[in-house]
Amino acid sequence: MADYQEIHITENQLEVEKVYAQAQAENTGAVNIFVGTVRNKTKARNVVNLEYEAYEEMAIKEMRKVAEKAASKWPVEKIIIHHRVGNLNVGEAAVVIAVSTPHRHDSFEACRYIIDTLKKSVPIWKKEIFEDGEEWVSAHP
Amino acid sequence: MKLSVLLFGIARDIVGDRQISVELPDNENVAGLLNYLKKEYPSFNNLRSLLVAVNDAYAKSEDVLQEDDEIALIPPVSGG
Repeated sequence: MADYQEIHITENQLEVEKVYAQAQAENTGAVNIFVGTVRNKTKARNVVNLEYEAYEEMAIKEMRKVAEKAASKWPVEKIIIHHRVGNLNVGEAAVVIAVSTPHRHDSFEACRYIIDTLKKSVPIWKKEIFEDGEEWVSAHP
Repeated sequence: MKLSVLLFGIARDIVGDRQISVELPDNENVAGLLNYLKKEYPSFNNLRSLLVAVNDAYAKSEDVLQEDDEIALIPPVSGG
């Protein structure tokens, strides 16, 4: 595995500081960090919590592919992706992505590309638990 | 041939199990497996999409399946 990327799936709380530290590299002039968190409402329904589930081996491989693609498009120093699974409460971080590059523009673009692509291709699913029911997100048209 | 299929998210809820065993003709492909499962579990037809992964990678409709493949159904993903 390429040493510029670190991909991790965990049931434990994500630590932004740790991801930030891992993204540091010699030639870094910018570190862009994206944190995806659990929202308290979807279409006016109150969310109680969220359940995340991953097809872990494949999810890791797909996230590596996303990182490789980003590294082929932008001059990245490090790409760190930590994704959480299990039960999450409102406000908690579900994903933390850090991208370091020599200059800031590339770090913004690469980070945005990674989260947008991850949401489309990585086999991770979330179920929203509402006060009045539950629903797998995006499952139905 | 006998295939074992892993189920996640809403696909697991629809079938009611984490894994199912499916008996299909030898050399059946991904499209054939999906046709079979959509007949057996009509709720799959209501999903936004339903893909198949073989050995940890997305498979194409025409990919031929083997008994020792690790096969998984991938309903619409929603990570991040």
